[in-house]
Amino acid sequence: MPTQRLPAFPDAAKVALADTQLRRNLAKATTTIRDKRARMVGELPDWEALRAAGSAIKADVMRHLDRYLLQLEEAVTRAGGHVHWAHDADEANSIITELVKAAGAQRVVKVKSLTTDEIGMNAALQRAGITAIETDLAELIIQLAGEKSSHILVPAIHKNRSEIRDLFRRTIARGQDLTDSPPELAAVARRYLREQFLAADVAVSGANFAVAETGTVAVVESEGNGRMCLTLPRTLITVMGIEKLLPRFEDFEVFLQLLPRSSTGERMNPYTSLWTGVTPGDGPQTFHLVLLDNGRTHVLADGVGRQTLHCIRCSACLNICPVYARTGGHAYGSVYPGPIGAILTPQLLGLDRAKTLPYASSLCGACYEVCPVRINIPEVLLHLRGEVTQHASLFDLEGIAMRQLATVFASPARYERAQKLGRFGQKLFVRDGSIRSLPGMLAGWSSARDLAPLPKQSFREWWRARNATEKERSS
Amino acid sequence: MRVALFITCFNDTLFPGVGVATTRLLERLGHTVDFPEAQTCCGQMHFNTGYQRESIPLVRHFVETFGDAEVIVAPSASCVGMVRELYPKAAALSGDVGLVSAVERLIPRVYELGEFLVNRAGVVEVGAYFPHRVTYHATCHSLRVLHLGEIPMRLLGAVKGIELVELPNIAECCGFGGTFSVKNADTSVAMLGDKARAVLDTGAEVLCAADTSCLMHIGGGLHRLRAGVRTMHLAEILANTEV
Repeated sequence: MPTQRLPAFPDAAKVALADTQLRRNLAKATTTIRDKRARMVGELPDWEALRAAGSAIKADVMRHLDRYLLQLEEAVTRAGGHVHWAHDADEANSIITELVKAAGAQRVVKVKSLTTDEIGMNAALQRAGITAIETDLAELIIQLAGEKSSHILVPAIHKNRSEIRDLFRRTIARGQDLTDSPPELAAVARRYLREQFLAADVAVSGANFAVAETGTVAVVESEGNGRMCLTLPRTLITVMGIEKLLPRFEDFEVFLQLLPRSSTGERMNPYTSLWTGVTPGDGPQTFHLVLLDNGRTHVLADGVGRQTLHCIRCSACLNICPVYARTGGHAYGSVYPGPIGAILTPQLLGLDRAKTLPYASSLCGACYEVCPVRINIPEVLLHLRGEVTQHASLFDLEGIAMRQLATVFASPARYERAQKLGRFGQKLFVRDGSIRSLPGMLAGWSSARDLAPLPKQSFREWWRARNATEKERSS
Repeated sequence: MRVALFITCFNDTLFPGVGVATTRLLERLGHTVDFPEAQTCCGQMHFNTGYQRESIPLVRHFVETFGDAEVIVAPSASCVGMVRELYPKAAALSGDVGLVSAVERLIPRVYELGEFLVNRAGVVEVGAYFPHRVTYHATCHSLRVLHLGEIPMRLLGAVKGIELVELPNIAECCGFGGTFSVKNADTSVAMLGDKARAVLDTGAEVLCAADTSCLMHIGGGLHRLRAGVRTMHLAEILANTEV
């Protein structure tokens, strides 16, 4: 992730909001996955119990993370793997670079991995003269286009098939006749990728889960590219955030039901690869597990924010989010977009570098409702907003206005005076019985919305007048 | 029943008609309405914008104002949501155990209007008459904080003469979101655009909801478009009678 401040969300969102093709692509894709998910989840009578179990297991992991991590290290080592600890992105990248160099490789094939994107691994390897080749179809598209992912699960969600056809004709299918039919596009990618798999000596993957008890690591995927990377090369390097732990092997029972249904809207994903260290004569003979902190222990230390680490990267919250569906992922400025990104990124990077992200939500609560591990995203958003205002300058205009208003609302007399003042002050803005243009911070409102003027009588004035009339009548 | 009306500052100041309608409706159904005049604002805007500490005096003021009421009814799902879901958090933040327990005692007595009618007073048919084509927007706080479910639709469905049309994509946020509507005005307006399209697709002449805040946002957009659809709070439709 970059070290500078992220662009402000309201500004970054403008690009996508103005792009009608992108809006169409996003709306279609998110609605399709959203509906599939709802159907698959609806099939399970014990879905709420599964969510509760998922949440409880993850809460336990966070409570005893120190112990589980050491247990994992021991189990992986026992099974013939090597465990490395990386405090931050730089440390992780130099560990990985050294490992690739030691294996004598100039190129690595990659299983789709958010964690390696988070640390900017591809660029770091490139600087060391090593080429990383993405093998997930959508990641490949993004890599070929020189763009950034805009969705956790479907990185190229912002592109439609004719855009992908044009891209392939410029890159891996140069000079070929190609229509925009998905099977044809997939075939082109498959031919290209097969060559990459067969030629690679080293693969880099992320991990969906790792079991502390057994040292088993899991990658859950759809295309089989993961299976290729995890089995063909001689050396496998897996980069995993320290929060991805599960205590016991049997916890898969819960998570392998929660994850596919929530992410792709499938009962079970096509490929689930599990491996424990190395097996002589079968698969990679050298296995490295790089455990990454990169801000996670900072998140863990926050009692409210901690639940963010429960995330299993299913992306159900992105697909249901009305903000994400319109702005797309790039506006969030990080590899973690959507509602989960709005709470994870500021906590990983530090709030001062991403302080508009906790406000990139209408607090509609849809994300919390679909989260398979019950992360109360609105609660964390509010918590982070609280942190933002606490650390804002005393001269911040919004802060001054809010504190003033709080004083007004704390006293019925001041409140009523403010109502009257508002009725008087609005005369400057009322044209033909409606307010069509507002100044300062409120200008955004009137950009597309009219406002009815404050009525002549407030409710409390009506109430008083009515009581007075009734009293008169009864006397 | 003796009902303390929690009008909400928003309705008091901007939509007094909703308060008038709520009062008339409750009185018509045989309840006695009180209006504790010391009430101001529940603090939702402060809390949701991140000024949680600043909202604590408002929480305290609310608890003092409504402390003794038998039932408290508000024509706003979102302000009731504030009390029910976030008052415990504000009270905890204050570190004042007295406030924590006062909030605990208060919460079971606070109802959104429709919720009060159906769940507490046990009426669905309130004797209303409204011969218009109406579509209902389920606000986020009605759906996902208060879990009102079918309550508003059942109340509207029992209104004489009404032609009720279902709003497509009913569970999706309209894009208001309090200060979100100005802090992220472009995104808010993009969400509004889709909501307005859904409303217009129904061919309704009236858009109804349990929150005037969302209605001010959607209605503000429809008004700018001169779309010919007016917005009405649930209370205003339920208060309307044939004679």
